[in-house]
Amino acid sequence: MANKRMAGVVAGLMASTLLLAGCSAASTTDSGTPSGTITVLTNRTDIVNTTFKKYAADFEKIYPKVTVKFQAITDYEGEVKTRLNTKNYGDVLLIPNTVTRKQLPQFFDSLGSVATMKKTYRFVDEQSYNGKDYGVAITGNAQGLVYNKKVWTAAGITTLPKTPDEFISDLKAIKEKTSATPYYTNYKDGWPLSQWEGNRGILGDTNVSNKLVTQNAPWSKGQYHYIEDSLLYNIVSDKLSETDPLTTNWENSKALLGGGKVATMLLGSWAITQMQQAAVTAGGSASDIAYMPFPYQANGTFYSTIGGDYKNAISKYSTHKAAARAWIDWFAAKSNYAFDNGGISPLLSGKAPATLTDFTAAGVKYIELAAPPTKNASLEPDIANAAEIDLFGNVYRQKLIDIARGAAPGSMSSYFAQLNKEWATAKSQVSS
Amino acid sequence: MTISTKGLVRVLPKRSTRSRRITPWLFLLVPLALLVTFTYVPVSNMLYYSFTSWDGLDANKALVGFSNYVAVFTRPQFLNVFAVSLYYVAASIIQMGLALYFATILSFSTRFRNLFKGILFFPYLINTVAISFVFLYLFQPGGTLDTVLGVIGLGGTQHHWLGDPSIVNFSLAGTSLWRYLGLNFVLFLGAIQSVPGELYEAAELDGANRWQQFRYIIAPGIKRIISLSFILAISGSLSAFEIPFIMTGGANGTTTFVIKAYQEAFTYSQVGLASALAVVLLLVVLVVTFIQRKLVPDEDVSLS
Repeated sequence: MANKRMAGVVAGLMASTLLLAGCSAASTTDSGTPSGTITVLTNRTDIVNTTFKKYAADFEKIYPKVTVKFQAITDYEGEVKTRLNTKNYGDVLLIPNTVTRKQLPQFFDSLGSVATMKKTYRFVDEQSYNGKDYGVAITGNAQGLVYNKKVWTAAGITTLPKTPDEFISDLKAIKEKTSATPYYTNYKDGWPLSQWEGNRGILGDTNVSNKLVTQNAPWSKGQYHYIEDSLLYNIVSDKLSETDPLTTNWENSKALLGGGKVATMLLGSWAITQMQQAAVTAGGSASDIAYMPFPYQANGTFYSTIGGDYKNAISKYSTHKAAARAWIDWFAAKSNYAFDNGGISPLLSGKAPATLTDFTAAGVKYIELAAPPTKNASLEPDIANAAEIDLFGNVYRQKLIDIARGAAPGSMSSYFAQLNKEWATAKSQVSS
Repeated sequence: MTISTKGLVRVLPKRSTRSRRITPWLFLLVPLALLVTFTYVPVSNMLYYSFTSWDGLDANKALVGFSNYVAVFTRPQFLNVFAVSLYYVAASIIQMGLALYFATILSFSTRFRNLFKGILFFPYLINTVAISFVFLYLFQPGGTLDTVLGVIGLGGTQHHWLGDPSIVNFSLAGTSLWRYLGLNFVLFLGAIQSVPGELYEAAELDGANRWQQFRYIIAPGIKRIISLSFILAISGSLSAFEIPFIMTGGANGTTTFVIKAYQEAFTYSQVGLASALAVVLLLVVLVVTFIQRKLVPDEDVSLS
């Protein structure tokens, strides 16, 4: 009973926030009480008929007038990007990564001001524009490296590497003393390479992304892109990664790391639970898998960048906006999705996941990156696209690996010089 | 009265000719509607996008004139992808030669000819994705190919078939050759079998050997099919996509023209530029076809 009454209060609060937010919305056709049938788009094809069914049932108990339907999409990014050109893209959907901040108001309804949302939620800055928030994260991730502790211990390493050089010498020790491949790039599948972009917070500077768009040479010593790309280059050129990167396989790589045939991979904390499962399948135990921060310290401290995963947002063309909003808030607060997936809760008051106890032990500090100022809202993707350097893709890092393994002409310094030049040219084009 | 009868007499045949004229168009209405909706509208949209800087999402599509086309012809990375296409052109020429050879041999009475026909055509029946995965495992270090080479004592020729940048394009073009050989083969075989049998008998009576039969009966008889296959081969090599995309994703210097266009559109969000690339590809194929038609005119072939 107490629970139900609480839910009523929560719903009332939500409805009033929605009325406030609704002032700016042009096409709100509902009365403010959650009702009707809403369609929710999700990328989780694996659990849409199991866990999500349960979510819908729990939600409908609290909001009996609402029916929740799901559409699970395998190629979520590609398909939803195309569907955004129509008016039919569900009531609640995950904001595709290709939507720039400036475009957010074209497709989604604002959930409220950044200042208000920040009182309840984490990761508010990530999908915000002009002081308004457009999405609530479904879960959050920390960044670092997932590794097989058994292998690292077998190579005699007991302390976490604090610099890229220490990391390289640790990998060398693993290569000498064990039969494991020290590092696995997942070059063929490509997207795991984009995880290298996620560690921007290691410098301990929340403004690192805003500085990036003012720099003419992001690939110079001391800058983030130099630190992480040179580490990747050295891992490959010192032959500490898999011998034939062209035939890597993501699904298989989980079994390799779980079974101790591969020692380390740089991946977000979302990967920990999958690797633990793989370790159990391979006959080991979940405790073989551990998580370490990026081997770099700013003023003696490890920083791990935390960021939201996909964010739930309300379609601008939804006819049941109150119900859609109720679902988003319920999903963040009550579904337990983040915790069950080993992620950081989107709520400031949420439970810390069990997967990140390693970080707590190592005294790692979490850092959220600041949002760009409104006038520069889409400057970074604009420069990156014009320069054709896919910071969050795999093409340019595949080239880096090709150079490092001697399969393409050039050297690290010549490639970095080329990247700097392309970046600077694109920057002047975009800002002119 | 007379006037109205005259009018009727005049009008009736007119109506019937008009309806006779309309009837075929009525029948064509559905296919034409489909053709326009699914071919001409998208193509003209693409033409329009190629003059914009659209990112594939934004409500605003800014016109930029010819700058996308200038970029296609001035940036060196777009010229490189044509070099990759040359591997596929070479492979498809070898493929046509092999297909012609097998089709000729199997059109004569050869032992187990139906079995061989089946074996040669079979790869064409499997879909490209499955083939790409099969070859991905074949080319893995320590995969099927390396194992077979080791067993027959050629262990020294083992390579990183996809990892070595000097070999990878041969591996991919080879896969493509294996996959499309069957189609060429069946086209040639069908054409050869439509050559009247008496011609061979007459040639044999005149003492012509197999080569002479091929040179003076088969080759001229199937000239049209050869020239059609040639156009298909060139346009197919320029637009090679599935096999390299699935097997390497365009990495390691295997980016073909279409993979490049795909990357422009979906990796760098430059739909305008990608559309310009697609238009250029269309034009290149048209030009190649035109040149080929000029060199080998489509004259009537008569054997009887």
